[in-house]
Amino acid sequence: MSTPITHPSLSLPAPRRWTTLLGWFVVISVLSWAWQGAEMRPGLLIENADNMAILAGDFFPPTWGNLSHYIELMLITIQIAIWGTLLAIIVAVPCSLLCSENLVPWWVYQPMRRLMDACRAINELVFAMLFVVAVGLGPFAGTLALFIHATGVLAKLYSEAVEASDAGPREGIRVTGAGRIEEIIFGLIPQVLPLWISVSLYRFESNIRSATVLGMVGGGGIGVALWETMRGFQYAETAAVMLVIIVAVTGLDMASQRLRKRFI
Amino acid sequence: MSIPTITVESLNKSFGHRQVLDDVSFRVIPGEMVALIGPSGSGKSTLLRHLVGLTCANRHSGGRVTLMEREIQSAGRLRRARRSERCRTGYIFQQFNLVGRLSVLTNVLIGTLGSMPRLRSLLGRFTDEERQRALACLARVGLEEMVHQRANTLSGGQMQRVAIARVLMQDAEVILADEPIASLDPRSAREVMEILSRIHAEDGRTVVITLHQVDVARRYCHRAIALKDGRLYFDGAIGELTDERLQALYENAGLDELRAGEPSATTPALSAVKNTAPRKVAPAMV
Repeated sequence: MSTPITHPSLSLPAPRRWTTLLGWFVVISVLSWAWQGAEMRPGLLIENADNMAILAGDFFPPTWGNLSHYIELMLITIQIAIWGTLLAIIVAVPCSLLCSENLVPWWVYQPMRRLMDACRAINELVFAMLFVVAVGLGPFAGTLALFIHATGVLAKLYSEAVEASDAGPREGIRVTGAGRIEEIIFGLIPQVLPLWISVSLYRFESNIRSATVLGMVGGGGIGVALWETMRGFQYAETAAVMLVIIVAVTGLDMASQRLRKRFI
Repeated sequence: MSIPTITVESLNKSFGHRQVLDDVSFRVIPGEMVALIGPSGSGKSTLLRHLVGLTCANRHSGGRVTLMEREIQSAGRLRRARRSERCRTGYIFQQFNLVGRLSVLTNVLIGTLGSMPRLRSLLGRFTDEERQRALACLARVGLEEMVHQRANTLSGGQMQRVAIARVLMQDAEVILADEPIASLDPRSAREVMEILSRIHAEDGRTVVITLHQVDVARRYCHRAIALKDGRLYFDGAIGELTDERLQALYENAGLDELRAGEPSATTPALSAVKNTAPRKVAPAMV
């Protein structure tokens, strides 16, 4: 019994060792190729250590004179994230159903998926710049930018949940004579809802982080203060703004995480 | 004879190169309780799925399925039907196919979606009258205590009873059950079969059940249709399904199949009859 078992295991390592070597070769070439492209020069960190120490020194101590103004701006940022996420959820639900290959024919889900890919591929900042031109400076432009990008992300994540769902309950409802939409409302949504909620909350967290920089391109919120203080070399003010962002983002992340745990 | 409830005409179905159904035809008249038997992979479940349009026959093969004078599919194409017509057929699955996160009551109420006004069904607004009816259906399957539990907290036997209550809620004239007891323990299996046979007797519903266990078929059904390798092997009164015919039917089947079929009677005699058993289709009744 032992010879037929050991025999194949002896012949196996040879091709595997060869492919492993090739794998390592590919990994190392990609890394060095990227190193050159990214102009990695760690030496600069040491050379310019004095400059950086001076710059870092400018940040401390933070000045708290404008704190209430920064908190106000941070609240606007949160408001942008709330509406950007909510609009995205509302639009992503139907879009995700149209992206799912177990619900619609290919000529519906293929174009729909490409459309969602496009929404996702372009960063919020780019959309914000476009919307600033369209609707003017301010938080509304930022909200729309978040909304478009998050729709692309959520539609993909939602549709993945839909495609992983069990077809049985839907068949069970189909044979009772119910229509296609009832089949989705009663047979599909209850299955995917916990995951959908969790994904939406996670998106809300990352939308808050994204919303903090929208102001840099005119999209409103705390990013405006970030941009203005940095351009005016008021690094002590910048430090205060950054601390406000860190506290707010951490707090909301923790709250949302708690909420998410309830649904999984 | 009255108009048949179910008419199946020369149904052919292949999955890839494997032919699962080979020119199957039969009729079922109103009020019959028919067992559809045969070894695993003989095409019973596929056949039953064709009857409600969950699966379509081969294109251009000319196969046709008609239920209560309404054409379900012909030549591999589904016919569109109004909801009010579709809800006249109830279907019970081996894996129950309830919506696990919804309550037992809502799962039963789903049976009425097909006959509700569209706007109400989309919003899931059930009336008190409908709720009362759902409770009555649950009482008939003995589950009135568990109305508000989530369906996925029930045992297999209870889930299958909820599925039956859903069919009762539909008020379906025809009940098709695909291996309703295959995933249940013996006691739950007996309960489910008792309920189905009571519905058949009391409400006069036409019932077609695919079954693994021939002894169960003999106890509850009057007529048997047997498939072997996708072909109609036997169609007639269950009494005519003799042990010899059964052995030929389950010939070459796995040991489990034989055990499920005839626990003690067939096994010793198997080798004796194996090669002499008739292979041709027995005389059909209809």
